[in-house]
Amino acid sequence: MNLAVRDIRHHLGRFILTAIGLGLLLGVVMSMGGIYRGLIADALAVLDYTKADIWVVQQDTNGPFAESSRIPEDIKYRIKAVPGVAEASPLSFQTIQVERQEKPFRFFLIGYDLNGFGGPPEISAGRGIRQKHYELVVASGMGMVLGEKIHLGLHDYTVVGITGKVVSSSGDPAAYMSLADAQEIQFKKDNNAVRNNRERIATNLSGVPTLSPPQKQMVTQQIAGITESTHTVNTIVARLAPGADLKSVQDRISRWNHFRPISEEEQTQILSKGMIEKARMQLGLFRAILLVISGVIIALIIYTSTLDKIKVIATLKLIGSQNRVIIGMILQQSLLMGVIAYAIGYGLILLTYEKFPRRIVLEAIDLQGLFVIVIVICTISSFVGIRKALKVEPAEALGG
Amino acid sequence: MDKVDKPLYAVEVERLTKTYGKGETAVTAISDATLQVSPGELVAILGPSGSGKTTLLTVIGLINEPTHGRVVIDGALVADEGWLPGLDLKRQRREKLGFIFQAHNLIPFLSAIENVMIALEINHLPRKEAKTRATELLTALNLGHRLNSYPSALSGGEAQRVAIARALAYKPRVILADEPTAALDTENGKNVMTLLKKLAIENRSAILVVTHDHRMVEGFDRIFHVSDGRIVGEDRNESPKAV
Repeated sequence: MNLAVRDIRHHLGRFILTAIGLGLLLGVVMSMGGIYRGLIADALAVLDYTKADIWVVQQDTNGPFAESSRIPEDIKYRIKAVPGVAEASPLSFQTIQVERQEKPFRFFLIGYDLNGFGGPPEISAGRGIRQKHYELVVASGMGMVLGEKIHLGLHDYTVVGITGKVVSSSGDPAAYMSLADAQEIQFKKDNNAVRNNRERIATNLSGVPTLSPPQKQMVTQQIAGITESTHTVNTIVARLAPGADLKSVQDRISRWNHFRPISEEEQTQILSKGMIEKARMQLGLFRAILLVISGVIIALIIYTSTLDKIKVIATLKLIGSQNRVIIGMILQQSLLMGVIAYAIGYGLILLTYEKFPRRIVLEAIDLQGLFVIVIVICTISSFVGIRKALKVEPAEALGG
Repeated sequence: MDKVDKPLYAVEVERLTKTYGKGETAVTAISDATLQVSPGELVAILGPSGSGKTTLLTVIGLINEPTHGRVVIDGALVADEGWLPGLDLKRQRREKLGFIFQAHNLIPFLSAIENVMIALEINHLPRKEAKTRATELLTALNLGHRLNSYPSALSGGEAQRVAIARALAYKPRVILADEPTAALDTENGKNVMTLLKKLAIENRSAILVVTHDHRMVEGFDRIFHVSDGRIVGEDRNESPKAV
């Protein structure tokens, strides 16, 4: 006869309420794990979709995601010429926040060479970018519709395609446009700034007595041309030819002095270890605290439930019941509570994880690990009740 | 464990003493008590509160260890100046003894039939057999219509009858009852005593009832009077009345 099940059935309402409470707590623990996995997935999303072997960035930086990196666009030709490199393509990245429907609208803008790679991974609706200007492909997470226009910089851009759930390392949904458009938005100065800049150059040169007026005009134009150029990118990504040696390609680019070639593995380390390490530790600590709280709650519930059954336990002992019957009753109740709470937490997270503002990634290994932890916690927690039960004297059954 | 071939007595207690505590704080609850109870005999241990009658019952019930003296249950020595070494008290209790309490002490989350079955299942009786035996017992005690009722739905008399069924389930040699009628009204109390008397005769079980309820004494075969931890007298009913 299973005493645990019968006792639970007798106090079903109390048991279910407790299991629901505990289930909510375990649901939060699961969501914490999912958020952590989501952080990693978000951080690596652009990296994974780009499928580049090497990321060439500004020297002495960890760019383009971890810190600022600016390099000339035309370096792509030199990189393409390196033996072992199959293709190279420039990319620009910037986070943009504008007003849309009277609300702040934040996204991650990726500019890519339409003849290169690094563009949207797939098109789920509409089409890819065909024209060099004023077209936009947005991630589904942005909530924009085909044909919708958005004003960025000096121009309006039209959504022509929808791609999957691409996000930046900070979780903002991504939008793709041509590199030229992205460069213009990022680097092109407005007319007032251009006029102001040219005036400043001319004023500075006017103090140089050795330059003739035509020379001054020519030098002013040259300097303005350089400072007004938008042909700058954040990184150039390269794919290697089959059989090419990654290390030798990296060594060769490193020798150019101004650039740092980061391998995909190194970039993954920068993104996953460097950028989200603290978030990972924070979430890990939070999960540990929640699990300890769950353990304390289970122990408390089992202990209280044992106290409620002191007379029953004493009676069982008095009529000669074996210790295993009593231990089994308490342990099974604790485990049942853990398993049911876990199922409630799992159901809850399955129903809600897509509604979280950030991505939740539920990995089977995390869920299985948590299940094992819950079982261990329940087993340990039940010891408190079992210890109490074993101390109960059969004589306590006597008397009124 | 010494075993007598044909035990004359279901319970033999010889010069039993039980002392709680040590030194100056020691309290002797039972002193030098001797009694024998034969199978089929219904015996009362009568005395005021604090006289030591429940302590005597707990020592015979293998719950409290005696300080001195010998205890023999169903011909088997269980205590001689303390428990016999290696004695499995729980096994002795579940196989040889049945208990009836002042409050029925039924397990609240088990139905009437399950409360009886548990006493059989802990003695390793197969579930089906336990169910059949429990049903027979409860039906014999006029509880056939209450098999699946929980203790909270039973009246005081019904609950006590279920408790009696549980105590009898494994056909113990000795039944120990602690104030079984204290929580019942006179009519239900008399019914319980009549039932115990009937069962003592039918099952050849020795039944020891601790009580201070003088209303019920007429039905007992013998009455031991206990006062200040000593058995101070013994009355024998040559023709005990049906209470």
